[in-house]
Amino acid sequence: MTSNQIIALLPYQEPFLFVDELTEISSERITGNYTFKKDAFFYEGHFKNHPMTPGVILTECMAQIGLVCLGIIIMKDEISESSHPQIALTSSQIDFFLPVLPKEKVTVVSEKEVFRFNKLKCKVKMFNEKNELVCRGQISGMIKA
Amino acid sequence: MTKEELIAKLKTIVQPYIQDEQAFENLSEDTDFINDLKINSANLVDVILDVEDEFDIRIENDDMEKMTSVKAAMDIVNEKLAEK
Repeated sequence: MTSNQIIALLPYQEPFLFVDELTEISSERITGNYTFKKDAFFYEGHFKNHPMTPGVILTECMAQIGLVCLGIIIMKDEISESSHPQIALTSSQIDFFLPVLPKEKVTVVSEKEVFRFNKLKCKVKMFNEKNELVCRGQISGMIKA
Repeated sequence: MTKEELIAKLKTIVQPYIQDEQAFENLSEDTDFINDLKINSANLVDVILDVEDEFDIRIENDDMEKMTSVKAAMDIVNEKLAEK
């Protein structure tokens, strides 16, 4: 599967799609990136006169790349173009280390820990363009084709 | 392992995932994971994985579908332990 094919299967769209490109694609490990738009809707309120990417949005970006895209690769034999995968986020535990500002590009690296009985649990890290660790943690979800 | 010991081990395993405290306090062989303890499907997978680790057994898809109560879990654990 190519990066574009996987992204086309995602159940998200603007303004809530946080995946630009996948650069490493395997059923054990995935790497992808996203550049936050200068005028994204959340910067208007987070924070007043001081735009900064909310932790929940960083978590969402990590989940879209690290959990959902990886889940699509794992389930690729059961997924067809007509049947988009169904996803439910079931838990996340993330530690945040650095802020992410508008126009910053982040890279997400996710490793599969467990995939059994349709539950995918991943270890996910996000880096900024200087390759500094922005946040990391564990995200789990249930995936159905 | 006695029946009581097995129930006690299962009780420790399910504790982090239960949503109904009272049903958990009164846990018995007849307690249902989903209807009584209100464990959701994602956490039911965690229960299965923790049971595998605790007893060093492997639970397959068929068993997983059956494993929705304390009684069913006890039967599956005993069966798998006997096979070892």
